Amino acid sequence: MRRREAIAAYGFIAPWIVGFVIFMAVPMIISLVLSFTDYDGLRQSSFLGLDNYATMLADPRIRLSLLNTMIYAIMVVPATMAVALALAMLLSNVGRRSAGFFRTVFYLPEITPKVAIGVLFLLLLNGEVGVVDAALGVFGIDGPGWTTDPAWIKPGLVLMNLWSVGGTVVIYLAALQNVPTDLYEAAAIDGASAWQRFRRITLPMISPALFFTLIVQTIAALQTFDEAYAAFYGPSTQTGTATDAALFYLIYLFQQAFQFLHLGYASAMAWLLFVIIMVITAVQVRVSRRLVHYEGN
Amino acid sequence: MSTTIRPGRAARPWRFRRPGFWLLLLAASALFSYPYLWVVSASLKPRSQVFDNRLFPQEWVPSNFVTVFERTPILSWFINSSSVAIAAAAAVTTSSALVAFGFAHFRFPGRKPLFGLVLATMMLPTAVTMIPVYLIWNTAGLATTQVPLWAANLFGSAFYIFLLRQFFLGLPKELFEAARLDGASYWTIFWRIVVPLSKPALIVTFIFELKASWSDLLKPLIYLRDPALFTLPRGLKAISDQFGQSGEQQWEIVLAGSIITTLPLIIVFFIAQRYFVQGIATQARTR
Repeated sequence: MRRREAIAAYGFIAPWIVGFVIFMAVPMIISLVLSFTDYDGLRQSSFLGLDNYATMLADPRIRLSLLNTMIYAIMVVPATMAVALALAMLLSNVGRRSAGFFRTVFYLPEITPKVAIGVLFLLLLNGEVGVVDAALGVFGIDGPGWTTDPAWIKPGLVLMNLWSVGGTVVIYLAALQNVPTDLYEAAAIDGASAWQRFRRITLPMISPALFFTLIVQTIAALQTFDEAYAAFYGPSTQTGTATDAALFYLIYLFQQAFQFLHLGYASAMAWLLFVIIMVITAVQVRVSRRLVHYEGN
Repeated sequence: MSTTIRPGRAARPWRFRRPGFWLLLLAASALFSYPYLWVVSASLKPRSQVFDNRLFPQEWVPSNFVTVFERTPILSWFINSSSVAIAAAAAVTTSSALVAFGFAHFRFPGRKPLFGLVLATMMLPTAVTMIPVYLIWNTAGLATTQVPLWAANLFGSAFYIFLLRQFFLGLPKELFEAARLDGASYWTIFWRIVVPLSKPALIVTFIFELKASWSDLLKPLIYLRDPALFTLPRGLKAISDQFGQSGEQQWEIVLAGSIITTLPLIIVFFIAQRYFVQGIATQARTR
């Protein structure tokens, strides 16, 4: 009986085991081996030892793309979380019926494929004819060249990405609605100010949701690709232009792998990214452990 | 000082004064809907007026959409995207449901470490497996086809396995016990009891993957060489390269292409809205 049950169970989970071996375990081994070679996909590869990793240390574009990615992540993650929380708090104050309408308004941009967001970025944030700079002009502000000025490209991409915070808004809204209202009532009776209630009740109570989005958003930001590639890169892209400000790590990895066919070097790059993501996530988990409040269980 | 405390939402700490609150909310809504309105209106304008920032075009040129269909194979791209996304979503829903049932319903040696491994794979960045998986498809002779865009989904995906397992664990156990006493096989239990009762969770899985697959740019960039096989995001990138930025500056065509790429997802969203929202809310409970 026990035995039959185990056999049936393995029958059901067999697809995952097969997939894990073919698409994860074996590729990870291949990737690690490749990272010690100069394989180009065609010719026999030769073993380089740690040369790829040494080359990476000296490659200025690795440093550039890492720096770009870090700067971008440090801007986009907190901005997304703050804007999403503000919108979720607004929404949590709306009656049930109209909440559906406004939730749709804020969630809809999230549906837009990132390629289209990249295209929109080029148009809406264009320094000469874009509508954002035109709107800033109304207030007498001379808007920057978001899509051409290397100093403004990353802030521009952040701004464009803030348009699609809808998923995070929905997560925060669900978390806010789960905060028991008697906590607020008790605090109000004790004379706590609105800020104190927000700081001492709301933030701790929704901290698991904040923590979850922090981790997910950071991992996603470190792998930014679609919108920046759509806006600035293509088969014919030259290096050393203003678009270097949008050279994110995954874009450089993609170029190395599939345009320059440096499959060994790109594999080494992938492992560096893996290590960076693991370290950053581990630090976030560590730091958050003291700050995140889990209810009961 | 007399503070009246009303129950429920009135006790929220950030209670805004009415007019200010609605003003803020409406301003934010306008800000978030504006890009959509801008795109739709600009896509209907003649080339010279695309950037005039009028919400109502002075001159209506709906033929921009006809031009896209004439000058690019966007109809084939739409069909490609549809078939790839539906294959990807159907494959991942079926396989993840089977695997999730295996983890939810049975106790077997190795269950805990294996499920831990499932969860751990969520941490693995695609960049690590991207190159070797390409080489594997290349060895199989399928590297320039659409197969790599969906076939890996036949083996389940960690996030959906987790989501569905959670849902299956919440189903009433008595049903399974009764079915077992009646001599039902595990397959019958899965197919006749679990699947019908789990429709909402299965639909969430399906539309989430539909959206993910429909929007993906990276995989089509890696695998698809023949423009006839492009999906819409890959096609939109091609349109943007040819007609936009570095090309002919015919942005009205690029905009019409963007709309055709996005609109199907919006329609799916409106049909399946409550499942989308449910799905995202469950996402946060993953941890």
